[in-house]
Amino acid sequence: MFESLSDKVQEAFRKLSGKGRLSETDVKTGLRDVRLALLEADVNYRVVKDFTDRVAERAIGEGVIRSLTPAQMVIKIVHEELISLLGEPAKLDLGGTPPVVLMLVGLQGSGKTTMAAKLAVHLRKLGHRPLLVAADTYRPAAIQQLETLGRAIDITVHSEGDRVAPPRICRNGVDRARREGYTAVLLDTAGRLQIDDTMMSELESIRELTSPRECLLVVDSMTGQEAVAVAEEFNKRIGVTGLLLTKVDGDARGGAALSARSVTGVPIKFMGSGEKPTDLEPFYPDRLASRILGMGDMLTLIERAEATFDQKQAADLERKMRSSAFTLEDFIEQLHAVKSMGPLNDLLEMIPGMSQVTKQLPSDATERGLKTTEAIISSMTIQERRAPRIINASRRRRIARGSGTSVQEVNNLLRQFEQMQQMMKQLQSGRGMRGLMPRLR
Amino acid sequence: MLGLRRNKIEDGVERTRQSVFGRIANLFRTNEITEETWDELEMLLIQADVGIATVAELLQIVRESSAERGLRRPEEVRDLLKQGLVDLLQGSQHTYLEGERLLNVVLVVGVNGSGKTTSIAKLARYHKERGDRVLLAAADTFRAAAIDQLQIWAQRVGVDVIAHQPGADPGAVVYDAIRAAQARSANVLIVDTAGRLHTRHNLMQELAKISSIARKQVHRAPHETLLVLDATTGQNALNQAKMFAETAGVTGVVLAKLDSSAKGGMVFAIGRELGLPVLFVATGEQPDDWAPFDAVSFVNALFGEA
Repeated sequence: MFESLSDKVQEAFRKLSGKGRLSETDVKTGLRDVRLALLEADVNYRVVKDFTDRVAERAIGEGVIRSLTPAQMVIKIVHEELISLLGEPAKLDLGGTPPVVLMLVGLQGSGKTTMAAKLAVHLRKLGHRPLLVAADTYRPAAIQQLETLGRAIDITVHSEGDRVAPPRICRNGVDRARREGYTAVLLDTAGRLQIDDTMMSELESIRELTSPRECLLVVDSMTGQEAVAVAEEFNKRIGVTGLLLTKVDGDARGGAALSARSVTGVPIKFMGSGEKPTDLEPFYPDRLASRILGMGDMLTLIERAEATFDQKQAADLERKMRSSAFTLEDFIEQLHAVKSMGPLNDLLEMIPGMSQVTKQLPSDATERGLKTTEAIISSMTIQERRAPRIINASRRRRIARGSGTSVQEVNNLLRQFEQMQQMMKQLQSGRGMRGLMPRLR
Repeated sequence: MLGLRRNKIEDGVERTRQSVFGRIANLFRTNEITEETWDELEMLLIQADVGIATVAELLQIVRESSAERGLRRPEEVRDLLKQGLVDLLQGSQHTYLEGERLLNVVLVVGVNGSGKTTSIAKLARYHKERGDRVLLAAADTFRAAAIDQLQIWAQRVGVDVIAHQPGADPGAVVYDAIRAAQARSANVLIVDTAGRLHTRHNLMQELAKISSIARKQVHRAPHETLLVLDATTGQNALNQAKMFAETAGVTGVVLAKLDSSAKGGMVFAIGRELGLPVLFVATGEQPDDWAPFDAVSFVNALFGEA
């Protein structure tokens, strides 16, 4: 699971222990790669230092020095400490007399408006009647953006144009919610820099006028070292109660979340993972920890696979495999399903240790391989797909011509398919695909 | 005008001076360079998002050459460091829209929320001030109200926008906009595209398609493809630049939101690893918060010596 980072740490400790008994300094030196991994993930320098100090202390306390496998122990401690620092997932606080007010704040472009729409959909699923309030009167068309989103998800948006002061719009919105029986109010405030005093005071007055139950800081997962300063200042001025991490569908390692979490001490509540109003994910500390350490994200991969392949298909497939009736036709169907899970390189990157491999490949190499395979199979007749045995030399030449490939490539594919069938025969005795899945977890 | 713009940029940079890079300048106000100085320097550069690999290489070069030349005085080492930083950026400079042509097509791309639309307004104004006839293409047909946002900006700056309905094919918008630009004899067409994460394969392919549509209409278009980067972005900026360069053929970077407390140290890594030049910096929400990028004054300003 911990390939790349753990290899590095192992190597470091191997060198150190070669000198004999490990000293405390040696342990600290051995943690260098952990430190680099965290910095590469954009975890703030100060946070990294505190973190590695704590890991070193625990490692020494737990006898890493005398351990025969110091590297493994250190990696385990790192992972555990990281998970505990990221904190438990927390739900939104929706208590008190309705309407409950939730206020979204953050830098420009962090994703507040999209997040507000996603939360509104989520609250509706929980049985609430949410009202969105358009309080960004500064950015051109920000109000139209929220109104358009509101129409798309069928949720009312309270707006008063861009001539009314945002604190007033917010208070009016809450009053309206009370009058019209909305149970939750989401305030979409304008993006602002934490160093802009006037704009920060505006947030203070919104908070005073509306007494929000939650002040949620929206943090872009691609943020760098400044995440600390941003979170610190927002927290100081308005008292942040939770973090929302956005754009996690990108490939940023998301160290900003750890930075923001460790300076504010408030929980991460949700993660935004796309542009659709339903692209909202709960926060799982163990997954984010692996991601920050660059150790892949197997769980997300498995979840995506489960969402793509339905139970019935899986059962059919399993039956076919057991009876050796798996043909090239089934194979191409599987390829289509895999393709619909997203770009292959993205999928590969979720597999621990593969991120380094995919970096070496040209960005479309794997995708190209899939296309070639698809083209070759598409150039076969139905009989050939069902019984590849009948594919003789002249058929191979025809298939190669038809798919724009070479006879060699056709041969390769047929050989691979044969190996696959062999493997499946071996699987027959044991358990099928479904049997394999839980083991991956 | 230029003076005003420059001041705004300096204001933006001023904040950094007080934070990270200002402390770098202070670091060199001591009597001698010790091991601690180097450690402190490493920490400060990392905090400016310069990135570990770049910092490590830079410091090694500076250390080695100061030892070679027997430099002892802190100012000399500081100048060496500044030169190192400038070199990272300057290896890759090119003149924006170099050469004469009837119609210049500028494609603007970036991830969601990086500041594309605002940057386009500023770029449009910049061209207008220089006497260009500017037209905008609203090819972000995806995000809610993106077209309205561009239209409001265009009105403020005083340029026209060619737009279709939300959800329309961005390629068709670009096609029409080029035709319109030719008919109106505009000489600069700036294309706004939808924000997209560089990991979304299909959306990235769409950019390649937009470019190829432009190229079929106008010789060698787009003549610049600008990647807008948010200055608060961390190490992921390098991945962004890499992917956008590969699929969309980015020719230069616009460093936006430089008025934040972050300073966009990742442009050094982008220069070092990808050789992509920074062409403009943007600092605020006013149309004139915009300036052509100059590596020497950028680094000077970062050291508080503008």
